[in-house]
Amino acid sequence: MSNRSLAAATSTEALTTELPAGRSTGWWGMVMFVTTEATLFACLLGSYFYLRFQHGGEWPPGGIEQPKLLRPLVMTAVLLPSSLPMIWAERGIRRGDRRRLRYGLATTLLLGSAFLALQATEYAELFHEFTLTTNAYGSLFFVITGFHGLHVLIGLTMLSWLLAAALRGGSFGAHRHDRVRNAAIYWHFVDAVWAAILFTIYLSPRL
Amino acid sequence: MSTTTAPPPGASQEDLARLEAHWGERASLRSWFGTVDHKRIGRRYLVTASLFFVLAGISALAMRTQLARPESSLLSPEEYNQLFTMHGTAMIFLFATPMLFGFGNFLVPLMIGSRDMAFPKLNALGYWVFLFAGLFMWASLPFGAAPNGGWFAYVPLTDDRNTPGLHMDVYTLGLLFLGIATTAGSINFIVTALKLRAPGMSLNRVPLFVWAIVATAFMVIFALPALNLDNAMLFLDRRFGTHFFDPEAAGNVLLWQHLFWIFGHPDVYIIVMPALGIVSAVLPAFTRRGVVGYVLIVLAIVSIAIISFGVWVHHMFATGLPHLSYSFFSAASTIITIPSGIQIFAWLATMLLGRLVVRVPLLFLIGFIVTFVLGGFTGAMFALTAFDQQVTDSYFVVAHFHYVLIGGAVFPILAGIYYWLPKMTGRMYHEGLGKWAFWLFFTGMQVAFFPMHLSGLFGMPRRVYTYRDEPGWDVWNLVSTIGAYILAVGLLLVLIGVVHAIRRGRPAPPDPWGGDTLEWSTDSPPRPYNFPVLPQVHSLHPTWDQPSRSSMAEDATADRILADGRRTLFTSELDGRRERVVEMPEASVQPLLLALAMLVFFTAMLFAWYPFAAAAAVAVAVTIAVWLWPPRRPEEELGVVR
Repeated sequence: MSNRSLAAATSTEALTTELPAGRSTGWWGMVMFVTTEATLFACLLGSYFYLRFQHGGEWPPGGIEQPKLLRPLVMTAVLLPSSLPMIWAERGIRRGDRRRLRYGLATTLLLGSAFLALQATEYAELFHEFTLTTNAYGSLFFVITGFHGLHVLIGLTMLSWLLAAALRGGSFGAHRHDRVRNAAIYWHFVDAVWAAILFTIYLSPRL
Repeated sequence: MSTTTAPPPGASQEDLARLEAHWGERASLRSWFGTVDHKRIGRRYLVTASLFFVLAGISALAMRTQLARPESSLLSPEEYNQLFTMHGTAMIFLFATPMLFGFGNFLVPLMIGSRDMAFPKLNALGYWVFLFAGLFMWASLPFGAAPNGGWFAYVPLTDDRNTPGLHMDVYTLGLLFLGIATTAGSINFIVTALKLRAPGMSLNRVPLFVWAIVATAFMVIFALPALNLDNAMLFLDRRFGTHFFDPEAAGNVLLWQHLFWIFGHPDVYIIVMPALGIVSAVLPAFTRRGVVGYVLIVLAIVSIAIISFGVWVHHMFATGLPHLSYSFFSAASTIITIPSGIQIFAWLATMLLGRLVVRVPLLFLIGFIVTFVLGGFTGAMFALTAFDQQVTDSYFVVAHFHYVLIGGAVFPILAGIYYWLPKMTGRMYHEGLGKWAFWLFFTGMQVAFFPMHLSGLFGMPRRVYTYRDEPGWDVWNLVSTIGAYILAVGLLLVLIGVVHAIRRGRPAPPDPWGGDTLEWSTDSPPRPYNFPVLPQVHSLHPTWDQPSRSSMAEDATADRILADGRRTLFTSELDGRRERVVEMPEASVQPLLLALAMLVFFTAMLFAWYPFAAAAAVAVAVTIAVWLWPPRRPEEELGVVR
């Protein structure tokens, strides 16, 4: 074996084209994006507490009732577990199992859509009592939950897009699933934020 | 092959031809709009930011002319309000940060020995968004609808009752739009520096400039959301009747200030930090040694980045917050001077221990140290709450932050322009012209801004469009105005110097200064693929050490030439070990289309054409979906089981 072919056989390229080694740039990019988004939500929830404690007195102000708990708890029970089929799908495609990817994505999509539908019914009911423009509490309530709802919608768009690519075939496999992993990170983030919102908006006024 | 091209003994002629075929961009309209080359994008950032700098500078000259004598009527109060707001907003958001991001874009891949940024298309998107957001904001000025509530836009002055019209909507939407570019650029810098460093470049061999850019990018990640949220809330309050800042409906005006300065104080360092990185990058070439205290400077950079998030209330010492919080933030503001001091003393020690080569870039560095330290002095004075309350909102503050920002950002930027001009254009500048530019700029700066300390102490408030013939104000204002014009002449000479270099300058060799970082191992200007052979880095000063240099020449190996495609290397985050070869994306007009769709969205929001805005949002989603759509690959390559 000549020196040159030995070098070629043991080159970085030859050794690493089989399986990706290390974190990809896409993974880091998504993690950084989620970090900055999480900071945005932290500022939003921080603003809620700032306005609440600066206001003092009754909270919610202006005769608005305490938020009801049943529906948000059902919404939580729908949204938080929706990460599980996503994890299942991602683990599946890591082994090259496209069926798991498709079923997992479809299940998560269903759960996420159910969450949004429930949120829509909640809004329809609350609009009789207060809106975005009633007072700062109304603004906070609808902007925080609405902004999260928008994130769920974006997450669902990403999942539908993944599902379309997965159904086409030739998109993902054991060696190529960066996009699945990145969308999964985003979805888990949207779930985790909901837990913080549940605590802030629905539970903390009762403490 | 031109005479400036270094003979690359490492790669064969066929390799070079193949690299050129994969990376080169033929001059065409499509390539002009679709380029993803970090060097072209970096240069565009620099040119565009300079254009906004000139516009903001002309605004300042107009204001200084108005203030040259008492009771002048050159500008109306309405015009004056728009000019000072656009001056501040553009200098901070459209000049300083994008200018430094321009340096970062051009230099980071070169300094770390890579062939492009981690996300080249995202990089192009960042540039287009920056350009459009800047034009979006400046376009409002001829219509008399420019932002007019000051660059920090305090409510209730800026709510819809006190400032009706489009003015502040241009501000909030423009900054939200621009935020997309800044965030995308920051993520790109972080990931590039983590994954694309040349093999062997472990963290302790990363150039200080790259450290500074990465620390800046992290500050953006954590600070910018506060500004974005603030602007979104103000827009909602003004347009859709929410009550975040309305005390009559359980809102609070101080929420604006808190969120603004949670962003705003880190932003001072977001501006100054990369400029300090330029100082650390330029100094070795003109002192003939490495910067003293590399580890200390890195620690200083990181600790400033962290502490800067704990000092925001010192902008609010006059708002009547509890005294305990004043003490805390006063202490934090004092502590942050320590890492800043460490850097200054490290540079002074470098100059003391090195052999000075007095060229134009070094002159600007010395000008930087003098001016920045003076700004630091007054900064330490503000950390004392009692003094702060005396001079708040006076010209003393104006003097302080111009010393900090011109000293801390513009001087290093000018040093950087002269230092890297040969690398960016392949031409040398005219030394004599540069020295004239320096002395005029330096003198003009001191003459313009030092008297503002005095007019501030004499009680002149900032942001007044004119003043009475009070004793003590008129003389110093006239001196300031004269200084402003001298400063402008200095900057004009810089511009003439750059144009002269590009048109008439003598060709630059690859390494005209004997610099220590990897960009000086490339051609001037670098080939589209940057390095014919990606380096194997053996030290902090790779261009000064023989093993690193020969790794790009006689010790070249095929796995660092990678001529079979548009390829570069990923390495591990901490140690810079090789991980894998990656294919980089080709030129594409998708970034431009996406930025255009966003421009339509923000314009439609400004004029309340909501159906258009909705359509533009869909166009954004579709463009992203097409952009990221996975290519079809055979199942064996994907690794599909079932």
